[in-house]
Amino acid sequence: MSYDLKMELSSDPRLLRVVRSAVEQLAQELGLDEPECHRVTLAVDEAVTNIIRHAYQNQPGQPIEITCSCLGPSSGGDGPDRLEILLQDSGRGVHPSELRGRPLGEIRPGGLGLHLIREAMDEVEYQRAGQTNRLRLVKYLRRKDSN
Amino acid sequence: MLPGENALQISIRSVGSAIVVDIVGDIDLYNSPEVRKTLLSALREKRAPRVVLNLSAVKYIDSSGVASLVEGLKIARELGSRFILYGLSPAAREVLELSRLIRVFEVAENESQALA
Repeated sequence: MSYDLKMELSSDPRLLRVVRSAVEQLAQELGLDEPECHRVTLAVDEAVTNIIRHAYQNQPGQPIEITCSCLGPSSGGDGPDRLEILLQDSGRGVHPSELRGRPLGEIRPGGLGLHLIREAMDEVEYQRAGQTNRLRLVKYLRRKDSN
Repeated sequence: MLPGENALQISIRSVGSAIVVDIVGDIDLYNSPEVRKTLLSALREKRAPRVVLNLSAVKYIDSSGVASLVEGLKIARELGSRFILYGLSPAAREVLELSRLIRVFEVAENESQALA
């Protein structure tokens, strides 16, 4: 099985719900169970939220591209199939210190998004390529009927 | 604008000396400012000894929604109010667990337990 879903959207928080709906249905289609569907959806929601808030600093109308790909095992060929989600934007770059997140357990708002993304996904990789931010998220496809 | 089904509904009712905040809809970056504003003004204006959040109609909450709840909790503590959540969906509970914040909140199973 190999197919892609590509979404191009503007940096408008009203579209988060649309993105969540599409990602959740894709995850269901790929056979993930309900909690895993929620985690993938949460990770993408948090990633788009970070792009809107931090990369574009809440400036509306800026481009965001989301490409979801269902891929076979990574090199070596023995692992699980993977759902890879690549988010790209042309906003402000992220300083490495911002990728560390904040200590958990503190009772204060904010700073949780990146932590949730890391908890929800199996692989998380950020790159700045020219003027483009690229966030690559991977979920291994342990399907609900594979037990 | 997108169709109105994206709209969040928030209402406040008094039950004895407590106030109950009923929230219906997903809480995300788009509408968490409204949740925050409503919560904080209810806390500051009503000065109720107990503030209960009914989240049974909230199927989804993200970190911006959690941040609004944390702000509500902090203000409640400053004012000496109890701040109690009930009706957490599995997805909402998981977000609070992943955030390591589930133990920070007082969580009840239902409204009568929250008001007891």
